[in-house]
Amino acid sequence: MTALQIIFLFVAAVTLASAVMVVSARRMMHAALWLVLSLAGVAVIFALLDAGFFTVVQVLVYIGAIAILIIFAIMLTRKAMEDVGPQLNRGWWLAALAAVGVFAGLAVVLVSWPGVNASAGAGPDANLIVTFGKDLVDPHKFVMPFEVASVMLLAALIGAIYVSVEHKGGQK
Amino acid sequence: MEDWLYIGLFVFISIALPAVAIFLAGLLSPKKPNPIKNTSYECGIETVGPSWVQFKAQYYVYALVFLVFDVETIFLYPWAVAYNQLTLFGVLEAVLFILILLSGLLYAWKKGALEWM
Repeated sequence: MTALQIIFLFVAAVTLASAVMVVSARRMMHAALWLVLSLAGVAVIFALLDAGFFTVVQVLVYIGAIAILIIFAIMLTRKAMEDVGPQLNRGWWLAALAAVGVFAGLAVVLVSWPGVNASAGAGPDANLIVTFGKDLVDPHKFVMPFEVASVMLLAALIGAIYVSVEHKGGQK
Repeated sequence: MEDWLYIGLFVFISIALPAVAIFLAGLLSPKKPNPIKNTSYECGIETVGPSWVQFKAQYYVYALVFLVFDVETIFLYPWAVAYNQLTLFGVLEAVLFILILLSGLLYAWKKGALEWM
């Protein structure tokens, strides 16, 4: 086994274990913090695959923003540390069955995909980023999705402000 | 892959260094606690009531605004890296991208969503 494989196995184990802790932690706040560790593990796996851009996205957006958003949501809507409840309800086996089913389906699809044995990484990372940056504003490639993304972000921003500011007058 | 090795090394050291320090301090220090020793020393004033309180829901909008501009940064990052190889059209496209989101910022400003509550 190479050092890379050992690192991968270690990181994968940490990621999976913390993912299990997300659903089994008794306090919501702890579950959110375990989620951060799980997302960080995914970021390391991206790095191992030589996908530098996705590592940055994972850390900046998922850990830096989404996880913070979730922690905010817990702190704002519940009595954070008092929210202790049972971790299982009657439908838990259905959820477990669905998770196993999704995993099996993904595994079958990925194994039958011809590129499954291709080695990771396509050479030096910096050039990929430059190519991506050029393609993003190239009229023959992704300029339309790029601009649509900005309109979508604008819609999200205005929607969030509209919903929250409307309530401000009444609650204060 | 080499670069990641350095980052991994830094992550490892930044976790291991305080962990070892705290573990050694716990192992070696004598333990004779008394109420005065256990107070928080130079960490601000004592809290009144429980510290895990519910915050005002309006703070959520700051997190949402932050998320939107965080994603904007992600979109502009590859563009900025490729900046000196772009055509004028490409630069103007990104300026348009920024202007569209700037209107959102102006909306947030006008609605008072940027004011601290």
